[in-house]
Amino acid sequence: MIINRDNDRIRLFNRRAVVLGGGQALLISALVGRMYYLQVVEADRYRMLAEENRINLRLLPPPRGRVVDRFGVPLALNRQNFRVLVVSEQTRDLAATLDALADVIELSEYDRDRVQREVRRRRSFVPVTVRENLNWEDMARIQVNAPDLPGVIVDEGLARHYPQVQTAAHVLGYVSSVDEDDLTGDPLLQLPGFRIGKAGMEQKFDLALRGAGGNSQVEVNALGRVIRELERKEGEAGEDLVLTLDERLQRFAAERLGAESAASVVMDIHTGEVLLMASTPSFDPNAFNRGLTQREWNALSGDPRAPMTNKAISGQYSPGSTFKMIVALAALEQGAITPEQTVYCRGHTNLGSRRFHCWEKRGHGNMDMVQAIAQSCDVYFYEVARRIGVDRIAEMARRLGLGEATNVGLPGERPGLIPTEAWKRATRGEPWHQGETFNVGIGQGAVLTTPMQLAVMSARLATGLAVEPVLTRQIMAGKTMMKRPTTEFASLNINPAHLAVARRGMFEVLNGPRGTARASKLKVDGVQMSGKTGTTQVKRITMAQRDAGLPDKDEIPWNERTHALFVAYAPEDSPRYALSVIVEHGGGGSAVAAPIARDIMTEVLRLDPSRRPRRDEEQIATTDPGAPA
Amino acid sequence: MTNTGFLAARLRRGDMTLTEKLWQMSWSLVFWICAIAAIGFFMLYSAANASLDPWTTRQAARFGLGLVMMLTIAMIDIRLVMRYAYVFYALVLVLLFFVEVRGVIGGGAQRWIDLGVINLQPSELMKVAVVLALARYFHSLSLEDTGQVRFLVLPLVIVALPVVLILRQPDLGTALMVVMGAGVLFFMAGVRLWKFITLIVATLAAIPIAWPMLAEYQQNRILTFINPERDPLGAGYHILQSKIALGSGGLFGKGFLQGTQSHLNFLPEQQTDFIFTMLAEEFGLVGGVGLIGLYVIVLIYGFAIALRCRHQFGRLVAIGVITTFFLYVFINVAMVMGLIPVVGVPLPLISYGGTALLTIMMCMGLLMSVYVHRDVQIGVRGGYDDG
Repeated sequence: MIINRDNDRIRLFNRRAVVLGGGQALLISALVGRMYYLQVVEADRYRMLAEENRINLRLLPPPRGRVVDRFGVPLALNRQNFRVLVVSEQTRDLAATLDALADVIELSEYDRDRVQREVRRRRSFVPVTVRENLNWEDMARIQVNAPDLPGVIVDEGLARHYPQVQTAAHVLGYVSSVDEDDLTGDPLLQLPGFRIGKAGMEQKFDLALRGAGGNSQVEVNALGRVIRELERKEGEAGEDLVLTLDERLQRFAAERLGAESAASVVMDIHTGEVLLMASTPSFDPNAFNRGLTQREWNALSGDPRAPMTNKAISGQYSPGSTFKMIVALAALEQGAITPEQTVYCRGHTNLGSRRFHCWEKRGHGNMDMVQAIAQSCDVYFYEVARRIGVDRIAEMARRLGLGEATNVGLPGERPGLIPTEAWKRATRGEPWHQGETFNVGIGQGAVLTTPMQLAVMSARLATGLAVEPVLTRQIMAGKTMMKRPTTEFASLNINPAHLAVARRGMFEVLNGPRGTARASKLKVDGVQMSGKTGTTQVKRITMAQRDAGLPDKDEIPWNERTHALFVAYAPEDSPRYALSVIVEHGGGGSAVAAPIARDIMTEVLRLDPSRRPRRDEEQIATTDPGAPA
Repeated sequence: MTNTGFLAARLRRGDMTLTEKLWQMSWSLVFWICAIAAIGFFMLYSAANASLDPWTTRQAARFGLGLVMMLTIAMIDIRLVMRYAYVFYALVLVLLFFVEVRGVIGGGAQRWIDLGVINLQPSELMKVAVVLALARYFHSLSLEDTGQVRFLVLPLVIVALPVVLILRQPDLGTALMVVMGAGVLFFMAGVRLWKFITLIVATLAAIPIAWPMLAEYQQNRILTFINPERDPLGAGYHILQSKIALGSGGLFGKGFLQGTQSHLNFLPEQQTDFIFTMLAEEFGLVGGVGLIGLYVIVLIYGFAIALRCRHQFGRLVAIGVITTFFLYVFINVAMVMGLIPVVGVPLPLISYGGTALLTIMMCMGLLMSVYVHRDVQIGVRGGYDDG
C-alpha cells in the first residue's frame, strides 16, 4: 500500500516537474527573446545611446580678463595651473585615496580637511580640487601612480596670479572659490575650482572679467579621465580692465609706508584719476586664490593693523587740522571774518567753565587766517567756528566732498561723518552743545573722513571744481565694459578770492618761515607743494596729563598714540596732483605724515610724463605706430 | 549476483564506501559548474579593467573552497542531511533573528555576520534551510495528508517566520525568492492547485486592505520597487545604463575587455549584480545566450536528478535547490534587461560575492548528494530502512 501510495506521489511529482520545467523553459525563452530584442532589433538605437554616453560635454572655463595699470603693467593675470582633483564617487574610500595621494605629493592636514568638507557638501560625482599649482614632477608622479589612485584626476587650467603681490592688493581684491550664495545660474560657477572676484576690482568687474564659457566634447574613460577631445568650442575670454593706478607709484608708496598702519591716495586733479591708492599693511591676494588656512585667516583678521581693510576708502579718521581750510572757507563765504582780521591766541580759550587748548601751549599771539592755517592755530578756529556754527561748517565740508562716499567704484567704501545739529538730535536725541562746535572747528569730535575724501578735498581746494575720483578707464555696462566717458567737473561756486586765501595758508604750511611742515618742503626744481598737517587724538588727554607735560611718543601704547595726517597738492602754481596721507597712531602730522607726503609727491613728479625731457616723448611716439600723428 | 547488482543493493542501503561515492558523483555536472565559474573569473578580470586584482583572485580562491565544500556535502549521507534539516533551519533562523536585532540596535539594515573570512548573510542560507525543512516535512507526509489544510499550517509557519524577518531587513528580493522557492516545493509535494489559486486571489484581495496600514516610507519603497522611474537617478538610471550597455553589444559584442559602457563606469556594481550586462556587452547575444545555455544545462541536470531519485526527500531537495538556482539566474538576468524591477540578486557562480557563492555551492552539493544517494531507502519518519 505504502509503495502504491508512493507511486502516486511519484507520478504526481513527475507530472508537476514537467509543468515546472516547462514554466522555467518559458521564462528562460522570454529572457533570450528579450536579449534578441535588445541586442539585434534595437541594437542600433542603443549603440547610438552608448556613443552619446561615452562622449561627455565639458564646460571650458574662459581665461579671466587681466587687470593692468595705466601704463599696461599687469597687476592681475593668469598662469598655467596644474591641479589634482578627486571624484569621491570613484574612490573606494576617500580617506584611503587621500592617504595614497599624500605618499605621492605633499598634502597638508588642512587640504585634507577641506576636501573632506567639500566632498560632503557637493554631489558625489563632482570633482573636488585637492591641490593646485603643482609642478611637473608632482604631475608625473601622480600619473605614474594612477592605478593606485582611483578617483584622482589631474588637469591643467589657469589660475589667477598677482605678480606685484601686495602693492595694489586692496584695489585689486582677490578671487576665491564660489560659495553657495554666489550661484546665479551661470554654469561656469559650478565648475570645480572656478574662482570669482570676492573683493575690490575683481569683485566689482567680475562679470566682465569672467567671460563666457566654451565647451569641449571629450571621450572619457572609466575614471572619467579624458582620452581624447572630439570637438572644441572656445569660450569668450574675459575683458581686460585698465586701472588708473601707476604700479611704480604703488610699489614706491608701499615701501615708503613700510610697516606703518597707513594709507595714501594720489589723484590727478584734472581727470580725477587715482594714481595711487595705498593701504598698509597689505595681504597677498595669491593666498586667497589658493585658499587660506584657518591660521592664516585668523592671523589676517585678528591683526590690530587690519591688513584686510582698504584704509584709503574704509578707514574713517578725524581729519584734525586738515579740516581747518573748510572752516576757514565756510567763515569767509559767510562773511563772519575777513582774511585780515586777527584773533589773539594765548594758548587756550574758555567756553563757560571749560577750557579749550591750542596745540601751542604758549600761544600763537595775533593770528590772521593765512597764519592760522600755516601754524595750525587751534584758538583761531575755535573762535571762527563759534561765529558760524556747526551747520555752516558741515555745508562747506559736503561741498568739498566729505561726509559721503566718493563713489570711486570700489566695494566697501565708507561715507565718513560730518555732524550737524540735526544729525545729533536724530541719532543721540540730544541738543547740540557749543563745545562740540569748537571740536568740529579743529576737525575733531564726531567728524570722520576717509583718506580718499581728503584727497578729493585737496583736489577741490586746488581747483574750485567738483573733482570726482575714478579708478578705472572703463565702466561696467551690464556684463561688458565701456570706455569711461570724459567728464567736465562742475564749479563748486566758491569765491576764488576766498579759495586763494585758503591756498595761501596751505602754501605757507610748507614754504612759510613758521609753517608747521616747513621741514618737508619739496626739493624739486621749480615746483612747490601746498599742504596741511593734521594730528588727531585717539584718546582724550586729561588735565593732569596736560599739566604734567605730554608724555613721549614711545611711552604711549601704540593704539593710544595720535594719528598723523597730511593733505597736499602740487605744483602750487598749476595744481596737477592731490594727495593725502594718514599714518594710524603714527604721531604728529608734521613729523610723520608730511615727510611721507613729500617723498610720495617727489616720486609722483619724477614719474610725471609731462615733466620728462622732450626727447623721451618723441621716442615713445616713434615706437608706437598706432599713436595718432 | 552481478557486481552491479551487488552495488545496487548497497546503494539502496546507503552503505557505500567513500571511493564508491566518488565513483557515483556526477562529474560532468561538476565540469559544467566549473565552466560557468571560469567564465565568471574572466568577467571579473574584465570588470577590474584587465586586472586579477581585486576580484578574480579572491573569487577563484573562494570557488576553490566552495568546490571542496560542495564535494564534501555530496558525500554526506542524505539521511543525515534529512535528520538535521530542522536543526539547520532553526540555527539559521536564530542567526537571522540575531542580525535583525543587531541591525535594530545598530540603527540600520544589517544583514550579515562578520565571520572574518566571510561576511555571512543568514538570509542567503535561509533559502537552502527552508528547502531542506520543507522537503523533510513533506517527505513524511502522505499524499492524502498533503491534501488537508491542517497539515499545511506548520510548513506555512516554516516559511512565514524567516520571510517576516527578511522583509524587516528590508530585503524584498530575498524574501520573494524564499516565498517562490517554498511555493514550488508546496506545488511539487502535491498541494492542490485550487489552493494556490485561492491564495493568490486572497493576496490580491488583501492589497487594498493592507495598503493603508503601511507607513508612507514603506509604500514609497514598494512603489519604487514596482516602478523604478520614480527614482530616475537611482534604480531607473542604472537600468537605462544597463540596457544601453547590453543593447550596444549587438550580436557578437564588442570583444573581451572592450565593453565601453561598463568600462567607462556608467554601470553600477559591474562586478556583482550587473556583471551579466558586461558579458552581454563584450560577447553580444552569442555570449549571453551561451551562458544562459550553460545554466540551462545545469537546470536539466537538476530536473534529471530529481526525477531519477527514488525518495521523496531527495526529489524535493533536488527540485528545491534547482529552483532556487533558476530563480537566481532568472531574476538577475531579467532585472539587468529591465524586465522586472531592480532587486539585489547576484548571477550564480559569476557575480563577485562570498555568501551567494557559498549558498549556490551548497545547493549544488545537496543536488549531488541527492544523486549519489538516489537509491537510498528512507523511512517515512526519516529512519534508515523502515520504508
